[in-house]
Amino acid sequence: MAATRTLIRPAPQNPRLTIPEVDIRICLGTGGVAAGSREVLKAFEEELARQDVLAVVRPREDKCDGRAASITGTGCQGLCAMDPLVEIHLSRNGKSSKVTYGQVTPAMVPEIIEKHILGGEVIEKWLVLTNEGPTEYDPFYDAQEKLTLRHVGIIDPEDIDDYLEAGGYQALYKVLSEMTPAQVIDELKRSGLRGRGGAGFPTGQKWEFAAGYQSPDGVKYFICNGDEGDPGAFMDCSALEGEPHAVFEGMAIGAYAIGASVGYMYVRAEYPLALRRIRIGLEVAEERGLIGDNIMGSDFSFHIKLKEGAGAFVCGEETALMQSIEGDRGMPRLRPPFPAESGLWKRPTNINNVETLAVVPWIIMNGAEAFAARGYEKSKGTKVFALAGKVNRTGLAEVPMGMTLREVIFGIGGGVKKGKKFKAVQMGGPSGGCLPESLLDLPVDYETINQTGAIVGSGGMIVIDEDNCIVDTARYFLSFTQSESCGKCPPCRIGTKRMLDLLTRICEGRGTLADLDFLEEMAQQVKVGSLCALGGTAPNPVFTALRYFRDEFEEHVVDKRCRAGICTALVTYSIDAEACTGCRACVRVCPTGAITGERKEAHVIDSELCIKCGACYEKCRFDAVRRS
Amino acid sequence: MTTEATVHDADEQEQEERFEELLGHYKGQAGALVPLLQGAQAIFGYLPEDVMRQVAKAAGEPLSKAVGVATFYAQFRLRPHAKHTIRCCHGTACHVSGAARISEELVKYLGIEAGENTPDMLYTIEEVHCVGACGMAPVVMINDRAHGKLTPEKAVEVVRDFRSEVEGLSAGDGGAPAGATEQEGDDA
Repeated sequence: MAATRTLIRPAPQNPRLTIPEVDIRICLGTGGVAAGSREVLKAFEEELARQDVLAVVRPREDKCDGRAASITGTGCQGLCAMDPLVEIHLSRNGKSSKVTYGQVTPAMVPEIIEKHILGGEVIEKWLVLTNEGPTEYDPFYDAQEKLTLRHVGIIDPEDIDDYLEAGGYQALYKVLSEMTPAQVIDELKRSGLRGRGGAGFPTGQKWEFAAGYQSPDGVKYFICNGDEGDPGAFMDCSALEGEPHAVFEGMAIGAYAIGASVGYMYVRAEYPLALRRIRIGLEVAEERGLIGDNIMGSDFSFHIKLKEGAGAFVCGEETALMQSIEGDRGMPRLRPPFPAESGLWKRPTNINNVETLAVVPWIIMNGAEAFAARGYEKSKGTKVFALAGKVNRTGLAEVPMGMTLREVIFGIGGGVKKGKKFKAVQMGGPSGGCLPESLLDLPVDYETINQTGAIVGSGGMIVIDEDNCIVDTARYFLSFTQSESCGKCPPCRIGTKRMLDLLTRICEGRGTLADLDFLEEMAQQVKVGSLCALGGTAPNPVFTALRYFRDEFEEHVVDKRCRAGICTALVTYSIDAEACTGCRACVRVCPTGAITGERKEAHVIDSELCIKCGACYEKCRFDAVRRS
Repeated sequence: MTTEATVHDADEQEQEERFEELLGHYKGQAGALVPLLQGAQAIFGYLPEDVMRQVAKAAGEPLSKAVGVATFYAQFRLRPHAKHTIRCCHGTACHVSGAARISEELVKYLGIEAGENTPDMLYTIEEVHCVGACGMAPVVMINDRAHGKLTPEKAVEVVRDFRSEVEGLSAGDGGAPAGATEQEGDDA
């Protein structure tokens, strides 16, 4: 399929007419929006319009010879804990500076404009990052290396020219103009890239399989799996929201390598912002001839269709996902035949995860060796981790594989919130497990983490502290897998339900020591008996919890105690008369009137009336409500 | 699906037109069942039986299969749905950060159980798995807008503010159970 005509090298259609002196970039990822970044963007627009020093311009549309400022909404800038993040570039008198402010509110905007933008003075109290000196957030950024998320949080994901200006679609051009499909596959194989969706299967090898099968009518499919179902992972969401074109480009490169002409992006309906940006991106990419018929004037044609997932975790499994695209219930089927041989509509099909595809253009441009030079043993390159839960600096961090868990959680993440004690890190979501403090010095690579009983999975890392209960966490995951089990095979359908029943019983204080053994036995049967990975890995949260935190289970069944105070049946609330100031705050929030006492006198909880909702515990400012 | 003259005639006619267009668009296409159901739900807000029948017919599938698919996926609703959706995220990060208490408070505030509509058909409250804003946990989404770093109290405040915007209440009135205000029937 070598090129037979001169290809058209992709270039921005609307070059910048103005290089503004002030360039403001505001995070409009889901996290940023949740923190109020749209309101902040609006405040900047309104406040900047009010002053008469700088003209507010859209750099690709407005020509301005004087002093100008522009405002751009970007994808996720990474450090969600400090959202809304606002990055300000100033180029003035031959000097340029880059400063990021965190937790910006509309009320802060006038001061930022007056002092920083017009006055050139950095406002230390809101500072997150600057190129002019250290800040307390540097550890979050220093260890990162952004290959996959190279443009995310920097460019405007709704403007294709931003991506093109940053070198977008050059990898596809390179592939179409000077590489054969076999060379592309070889490049991927040498890079050592492995599937980032969870299983870690070598991408180049996967492409090679799909390339090796002939389709009866010549049609092959290339699917992007954006059904990010792990509740606690959001890197695919951010990659799609932050730079959808990088994913299209990765798909097109893969499609060229395996000989596919039709692509599907399967993306969760729960990600409305990602869906919107994909729609915008696909339309313009087709218009510009970067996706569609005769891409860049070559013989290669590749069309991408968007499919909205309808809400089923099991559809992250590749055979289930294909059933879903075919309009059916998303139920996995037995493999072989593997999708490479007989996949969507019984044609050879390749399917990769979003993050995997987003890094492909980087590998093509920088070479397999550059990618393989990063990473650890059999896990090459970088991986995006989603840090969340009880960690100080929540957000997305892309780091070379092989960093230790401790470096990620305590270095990048800045340790546990509110100085609480670290209990565990949950990796791999419903298919993974909780790892204790004693394992924190392990390197994060596929093989090492698998040995612990957890998995790297899609890269979700949820930190759990002393206020979380391990048994409750295991129960949470089983309630998830139980409700998401497709119901096709009995070990998963019935087994997850029985495991959930057992865990619920333990949480409610009705468990026995024999239940723990039964739970383990049941977990083993579900693991070996299930048809697909959903059932096969559903017991992992239970295995790891029992392996590393058996004492907490035993406390629940023997002492009838939940040390974290989460399992309500095992908890009692009381008021410490010494510490109580008699402020009546708890009396007002108690939904059952269980708390009595005169103002300025110690209050008392009536345990008969108490429903253990914990509202008083949350409300008390004097730590007088005790949970035991 | 012709009906007697009601105040909703215009709306209904427009819905019918959009539905016809949708059926025409997917007619004869393979794998059309899911997008047809999604499209139909976007038009009607849920999937009434006669709509399901027409979708099945357009997709060339038996009704049983359309129902099978509609009941398999979390997205599809077989009953009418209130105008505004409040989604309490119960992803892992939200769960460990106290999502259960937030759901509890919102359920109490709106006076309905999760999955139910308020009597005025203005609000429904759902518990969902992960909306992808884990860094801001715990999160509640009102329609397409996420609100992060909530406490049970802040969550109620956010919903109360949204209600006063929708219903034109002053913030103080928000304490009354939903359903007290009549709205010109968008969904009735």
